[in-house]
Amino acid sequence: MSGHNESILREPLITGDNITYAKITDDILGPVENKPNKAWWIGFIFASLGALLWVVAVSYTFWNGIGSWGLNKTVGWAWDITGFVWWVGIGHAGTLISAVLLLFRQNWRNSINRSAEAMTIFAVICAATYVVSHMGRPWLAYWVLPLPNQFGSLWVNFNSPLVWDMFAISTYFSVSLLFWYTGLLPDIATIRDRAVGTRRKIYSIFSFGWSGSVKTWQRFEAVSLILAGISTPLVLSVHTIVSMDFATSVIPGWHTTIFPPYFVAGAIFSGFAMVLTLLLVARKVLGLENYITMFHIESMNKIIILTGSIVGVAYLTEFFIAWYSGSEYEQYAFINRSTGPYWWSYWMMMTCNVISPQLLWFKKIRLSIKATWILSIVVNVGMWFERFVIIVTSLHRDYIPSSWAMFYPTWVDVSVFVGSIGLFFTLFLLFLRVLPSIAIAEVKLLLKSASEQAKLKQIKEGHENKEYVAEYIESLEKFDSVKQEEYAKI
Amino acid sequence: MSDIKYILGSFGDPDEMMHGIEKLQENNISIYDVYTPMPIHGIEAKLGVKRSRIDIAAFCFGITGTCAAFALIYFCAVIDWRVNIGGKPSFALPDFIPIMFELTVLFCAFGMVLSYYASTHLFPGRAPRVMDLRATDDRFVIAVDAHENAAHTVIDGLLKDAGALEVKYNERKYISYE
Repeated sequence: MSGHNESILREPLITGDNITYAKITDDILGPVENKPNKAWWIGFIFASLGALLWVVAVSYTFWNGIGSWGLNKTVGWAWDITGFVWWVGIGHAGTLISAVLLLFRQNWRNSINRSAEAMTIFAVICAATYVVSHMGRPWLAYWVLPLPNQFGSLWVNFNSPLVWDMFAISTYFSVSLLFWYTGLLPDIATIRDRAVGTRRKIYSIFSFGWSGSVKTWQRFEAVSLILAGISTPLVLSVHTIVSMDFATSVIPGWHTTIFPPYFVAGAIFSGFAMVLTLLLVARKVLGLENYITMFHIESMNKIIILTGSIVGVAYLTEFFIAWYSGSEYEQYAFINRSTGPYWWSYWMMMTCNVISPQLLWFKKIRLSIKATWILSIVVNVGMWFERFVIIVTSLHRDYIPSSWAMFYPTWVDVSVFVGSIGLFFTLFLLFLRVLPSIAIAEVKLLLKSASEQAKLKQIKEGHENKEYVAEYIESLEKFDSVKQEEYAKI
Repeated sequence: MSDIKYILGSFGDPDEMMHGIEKLQENNISIYDVYTPMPIHGIEAKLGVKRSRIDIAAFCFGITGTCAAFALIYFCAVIDWRVNIGGKPSFALPDFIPIMFELTVLFCAFGMVLSYYASTHLFPGRAPRVMDLRATDDRFVIAVDAHENAAHTVIDGLLKDAGALEVKYNERKYISYE
């Protein structure tokens, strides 16, 4: 513990002075233990209206069938699968933060993993509802399961990526839920032990009787590490399999071996953007600036540049390979994408995903909360268009020119999509009210080693290299939650 | 003997608590358990808690999942009802791999977490066994069995010397049953 001082070359993960274990609990549980403020209510009203729209649109689809969507004979997949892939992709950042960054011992994940995982779960719920509603007869959804049926013992086709996808998405959802909930147990116990009356009883049930004894924690850490270890390949496999829904077909524009890594990078890219969209607002409204610091925001922005650039390279590679393959169908698919009737969606995708994230190379933009927030939304607009481009532009001009068509969404298509965003935000806002949005126990771990006050103490003790101190103080300039005058004296 | 069942040393700092454990151990006072709001690294070694074997369980569950997936697909696609898809072989192992992988992860995760819940007695609705309500908030609590260790004043002194903010004498083992 205190014997293991962290190098002051590392930026602090908790800022502010007089942070104690009790203060961490108070700060994080503030939104859970108090009445919601006005900002929350405004957000919640809008989000739940959206969710209501979603209920109406999905019910309408169930009642009338998918004829109520704008699909036609040529374009048989459009906004539904676009929305599905978009939401699953967004979910990936949560697992990446909680699992991959844990394996890499990136301690900054401790303050953002909880809400990112919650986001994963809600995003996968949104994605799963698309899968069910696009089936047309959702009451027969169980047909995707390998069950012996009444027509003999014909099983599902295990060679089909759609069947793999069913296994992948359901494993992903249930394992993420398990990972998230196990991590929540100690924090639910914290709420329980501070609450009284009915509240205590409710949290008591959900805390599973957590006590925080030595063995519980020891096994907890082992379980978390193994879950992280298996979730890492899991999250990569999920979007790989989603991409195989396209890549194993013979449609020009889909039949590409680059799809798995390209989809995974895109998923992380859009997921981090969504984490930023949510957390930049949440840290302000819930007053969590000391825990979700500028360092966290900058780190996430760096991941966005990296994955955005991978996506950019993938777009160019696809184009190059289409030309290099010599297959005229493949070539046409790509020329049509960028210059055909859907050129605007292609260039929308290129601008939002490849060009605008490059702005994050500038430190000023990377450290500006407003710019970051706007860019995070731009990225997600771009990622929606990416899926739309891949799906619709590859389908709309098929092999016979007489069946070429365009896709026009109906009000139901639009409402299902807008509504799913409402559903997502409703769930997220409810989560902020009933469960701690930051992993309390994990942040407490950082207090003695990686907090600003611990590092200040280290500096004041005077054993640190002067150059390092100067560098450290310089790195603090970007923090909006650090009192800069304190350091002017040193 | 009094009715006191447990003596609790409540610390505000994990390092002081570790120091407290050392002090007690030097004086041959057995520690019942330690309750903390966060994992304390290195405490298992000090208290002689054996390494968790949950990883072995996880591996066994995982491999069960792999075999179960293979058996299911092999039975359905190769034995029970071969489907002729363009004359391709029914036993197409590469196509089996995605589902085998997913079920490995699924079995491993659920098997391991459920074993964890079972071995630490965690389940929905279980009455929380809490000795000090602040042990999930900001206190690091060492619990000493008062019947096994008779020298109460010595314990009190050792805990306070090590930096305990408070020493409690609980007449009930758990204070959380209402």
